[in-house]
Amino acid sequence: MNPSPVIGVLALQGDVREHLIALAAADAVARPVRRPEELAEIDGLVIPGGESTTISKLADLFGMAEPLRERIAAGLPVYGTCAGLIMLAEKILDPRSGQETFGGIDMIVRRNAFGRQNESFEAGVTVAGIDDGPVEGVFIRAPWVESVGAEVEILAEHEGHVVAVRQGRALATSFHPELTGDHRIHALFVDMVRAAR
Amino acid sequence: MSTTPSVSPQSPETGTARVKRGMAEQLKGGVIMDVVNAEQAKIAEDAGAVAVMALERVPADIRKDGGVARMSDPNMIEEIIGAVSIPVMAKSRIGHFVEAQVLQSLGVDYIDESEVLTPADEVNHSDKWAFTTPFVCGATNLGEALRRIAEGAAMIRSKGEAGTGNVVEAVRHLRQIKNEIARLRGFDNNELFAAAKDLRAPYELVKEVAELGKLPVVLFSAGGVATPADAALMRQLGAEGVFVGSGIFKSGDPAKRAAAIVKATTFYDDPKIIADASRNLGEAMVGINCDTLPESERYANRGW
Repeated sequence: MNPSPVIGVLALQGDVREHLIALAAADAVARPVRRPEELAEIDGLVIPGGESTTISKLADLFGMAEPLRERIAAGLPVYGTCAGLIMLAEKILDPRSGQETFGGIDMIVRRNAFGRQNESFEAGVTVAGIDDGPVEGVFIRAPWVESVGAEVEILAEHEGHVVAVRQGRALATSFHPELTGDHRIHALFVDMVRAAR
Repeated sequence: MSTTPSVSPQSPETGTARVKRGMAEQLKGGVIMDVVNAEQAKIAEDAGAVAVMALERVPADIRKDGGVARMSDPNMIEEIIGAVSIPVMAKSRIGHFVEAQVLQSLGVDYIDESEVLTPADEVNHSDKWAFTTPFVCGATNLGEALRRIAEGAAMIRSKGEAGTGNVVEAVRHLRQIKNEIARLRGFDNNELFAAAKDLRAPYELVKEVAELGKLPVVLFSAGGVATPADAALMRQLGAEGVFVGSGIFKSGDPAKRAAAIVKATTFYDDPKIIADASRNLGEAMVGINCDTLPESERYANRGW
């Protein structure tokens, strides 16, 4: 068997630690990534939950945004949760001034679409391609996907809103599997990274 | 208190421990800034703050003005909520659960039951399980942190000494919490019962900390951070993020200092970046030497 793939977690801000733990549990070698040169050493990348405005700003400041955009466009497998989903969108419906995404998935997203923290919730989510029942969906000030292009596969919806999508080697969820003990979505991503090697 | 609730596909559930604690997980590695109006809130957001704390007076002014410090005007909090897209926190007095109810009704994203305001109850903190909105609370040691978590706090910040611009108390309190956690790691099961008694904290939480080697909730640092190096120091000492109160908007160039503290918080282990972030920031807030503060003016002594 091939050695485990090396998967980075973009460690500018957010719940990096939880993703590192989930990836390790799904048999990947996981490491935090903060600098452009560290991108050369990874087979795949997770963009964690956090504040998308902060992540976008820090990525710009430290020269990560452009190299990331290029690597993703060139086929680097990526998985984004919550703020990470926003960063993978081609377009944000209501961006803050100057907020730029990395792209990777042909979709338009709405930030904080499910509401503020008092509306944050947990619910089971049935995800296409994930066997053995619904995953535990933890939605925190979560975005949803407003619309998708023809190449994008919708993997899950919650109350009529798209909350999980895949386009080629890019995967994104509105919710946070890394905050649960259920690592099936991380395992799916690790499989995507293996297949891409 | 369980962090592994069962799946309930049919009925979305709000206000769970996982949703409250998970919110704080999203703030990690970030800077939460005190702001007193919408204009400051926008400066903070533009600088890369992960959240803002809406309050009427920053702690340095509360010290200067004296008198009773209370929850902020709802109008002011709503203006700030309307001005930014990042989460907005606001402070209630210790034990003033009605102020907390008001803040929840305004839709703030986190409530800080804070020693910076004048306590409303000298015996009881608020029952934080009763709220959908999550709470952050201050602590000077592990026992205090665990008592707050037992009351429902979903995030802890080491207290430091707010409004002084002096990081010494922040260091003391964070070291104290980290040292006590490290000590618990070395205990066997027999010793944990006595440890719980000494800490005046529930045994289950003490056992959980001993197993995890960390608090079951996110731990930030607060109270006295004024420079990029201060923020990086707290991160290197083990804080998962920092609150900056008076340090930013009581300085010469708030926008520049705010952005510099954000950079240093992310690259807390890279002295070159911290050095660059520290250049030409203008005047820092003046600061107060904590050893000249009378006991009655030490906010960290409030709460128990």
